[in-house]
Amino acid sequence: MRHIISILLENEPGALSRVVGLFSQRNFNIETLNVAPTEDPSLSRLTVTTVGDDRVIEQITKHLNKLIDVVKLVDLTEGNHIERELMLVKVKALGAARDEVKRTVDIFRAQIVDVTPSLYTVQITGDAAKLDAFLQAMAPVGLLEVARTGVSGIARGDKVLSL
Amino acid sequence: MELLSGADMIARFLQDEGVEYIYGYPGGAALHIYDALFRQDKVKHILVRHEQAATHAADGYARASGKPGVVLVTSGPGATNAVTGIATAYMDSIPMVVLCGQVMSHLIGEDAFQETDIVGVTRPIVKHSFSIRHPSEIPEVLKKAFYLASTGRPGPVVVDIPKDMTAPTERYEYVYPKKVKLRSYNPVTRGHTGQIKKAVELMLKAKRPVFYTGGGVVTGRASEGLTDLVKKLGFPITTTLMGIGAYPQSDQQSLGWLGMHGSYESNMAMHHADLIIAIGARFDDRVTNNTSKFCPTAKIIHVDVDPSSISKTVRADVPIVGPADSVISEMISLVQGQPITHPEALKEWWEKIDGWRAERHGKLYEPSKPGEALKSQEVVEALCRITRGEAYVTTDVGQHQMFAAQYYKFDKPNRLITSGGLGTMGFGFPAAMGIKQNFPDDDVVCVTGEGSFQMMMQELSTCKQYGVGVKILNLNNASLGMVRQWQDLNYKSRHAHSYMESLPDFHLLIEAYGFTAITVTTKEELEPALERAFADKHELVFLDVKVDPFEHVYPMQVPLGSMRDMLLSKTERT
Ligand SMILES: Cc1ncc(C[n+]2csc(CCOP(=O)(O)OP(=O)(O)O)c2C)c(N)n1
Ligand SMILES: [Mg+2]
Repeated sequence: MRHIISILLENEPGALSRVVGLFSQRNFNIETLNVAPTEDPSLSRLTVTTVGDDRVIEQITKHLNKLIDVVKLVDLTEGNHIERELMLVKVKALGAARDEVKRTVDIFRAQIVDVTPSLYTVQITGDAAKLDAFLQAMAPVGLLEVARTGVSGIARGDKVLSL
Repeated sequence: MELLSGADMIARFLQDEGVEYIYGYPGGAALHIYDALFRQDKVKHILVRHEQAATHAADGYARASGKPGVVLVTSGPGATNAVTGIATAYMDSIPMVVLCGQVMSHLIGEDAFQETDIVGVTRPIVKHSFSIRHPSEIPEVLKKAFYLASTGRPGPVVVDIPKDMTAPTERYEYVYPKKVKLRSYNPVTRGHTGQIKKAVELMLKAKRPVFYTGGGVVTGRASEGLTDLVKKLGFPITTTLMGIGAYPQSDQQSLGWLGMHGSYESNMAMHHADLIIAIGARFDDRVTNNTSKFCPTAKIIHVDVDPSSISKTVRADVPIVGPADSVISEMISLVQGQPITHPEALKEWWEKIDGWRAERHGKLYEPSKPGEALKSQEVVEALCRITRGEAYVTTDVGQHQMFAAQYYKFDKPNRLITSGGLGTMGFGFPAAMGIKQNFPDDDVVCVTGEGSFQMMMQELSTCKQYGVGVKILNLNNASLGMVRQWQDLNYKSRHAHSYMESLPDFHLLIEAYGFTAITVTTKEELEPALERAFADKHELVFLDVKVDPFEHVYPMQVPLGSMRDMLLSKTERT
């Protein structure tokens, strides 16, 4: 099963490489990885999506927790959560396709953020499945470039991941 | 307020931390630190002849004393030479602090002379690592390094120290930090009471229980409690290679050690058990054999200080995260005065186990007949007799390691010092050196093979310099015996590069360093040679014992089988 694990990480040199290294060292897989500082400059928040059965996921979270730089960790998929990813896509937009792209962008509640005579640059947010669906819809028209941030996430409700 | 340079802070910190010995080798990036060590006399620096030996010596010291071993090396090749020893300590959870010189901060990343990203290189084999970014951080970072290395599940910690951090001209305030806190690191201090209760209930109700305990009981200093608990319950106990001696092997309840070359009765008992009480052991592949066939009828209680060890390879029914000593003492208080539910079943269980014992009694190996080459097994048995089973025995890796573990009887923890997890040839001799320096009045013997010894034999020079009186027992089978054994079994005896051609004349070699060597080829020579070797505790003596090159180590688990699937000799199997 796919899991979204969010981590509060010491904002220290080498911390990120320890997390990433752990995944390759222990033969765990990383589907997406997203990391940025938080409101507390001493902490980064890192979100990783990974796939594995319960045993593997248990090992992943245990080994992550063991890293000295990992301050806190939550497997968001264990509860209700919000998952978002942002994607920028350059799509061919010539002739009749120009309108079709525009229509699809509207259907997906995406935005065109840059335009040239031959292409649109589209910005879209949502969960990974929505982004995948958009790419699928655009594929016949012609995808020129895709930049995805990787999944970020947060628990629903009152639960807060903080120190 | 005291102002010290970074280098002097390091020297002072080591004193304040109570470090007695530090093993190392100098070089450009570490020279400020070496100068600071020169200007004090509390911390003794031991100059090894290869940085790998520094790590093994510190490791041996750490295992025997329970205190972190300390290593100092220079940047680049000095640090990379230490890598094997760091990995060895990591695999066996040994507390160690490795101080590495590094090029000046402003040169980092420029491929400067002797620059290696040692933090990067060692990342997967350390518990944690630090890079010093300002001299004023030194006391705090070092305290954290010692704290991390020696608490929770111990392990090696690397501290990378750019040369400018130790410059003699820059001085900062030095205060010895008595305590440090890391917000993300809180090792558990006791197990979950409910889980411990559940475990004890299962223990009292068990019909065919076995204790299976590992290095965690040794490093966790929980042997006494373990012995008490096992005695109270009257259950059989087997240990891992790393756990040997945590329970006295001469006691009736001890089945010896288990796994690939473990005792027949241990592996049989594990396979037929209905309850396995694992403490400080990690169910590694050299123990479990095929995990899908592992102990088919047993429930598993697993106590470990490291949660990631639990259910890693074999799922635990009752997981308990906690240090061995506190969990064991809680178990003892719960067991106290409680009768076991099925004393009859336990009695039957013991009858079964004694039956397995009897099956192999006197058949473990065939002693040499007059005129035949000595068997390694009988040499180790003689060693055990002469040293009354009380020596610190270090080993290298190979058949001799297994024979040492099988035929020397250990009644105390930390007496068999061996590289179990990484299986590092070259470990034994420097490790023995580290132990002997710290326990000068004890017998310390390195049981080695001619292959392994040649990997670290340069340390004879260190022993000469510091007068280290270790004994070296070279079980010389003129071959990479363990490799040859596998080739005999799996490659139709095609001995690809497993023979040792052009062996040195060990006698002359040892004499070149001014030490005594004794060559032994017959049974008659053996005991007198051992007596002679151990006559003077402070003299290094090398025994070159020519042993049968065709001997195999048995029992040996059959690959992909269950615990009870074993080859018992060249002609018998279960
Ligand atoms: C550094 C290292 N290289 C290779 C090996 C693989 N290996 C395991 S046992 C062994 C043979 C050891 O020969 P020796 O020291 O003579 O011991 P023997 O088995 O003959 O008793 C080898 C090569 C190892 N464990 N460590
Ligand atoms: Mg050999």
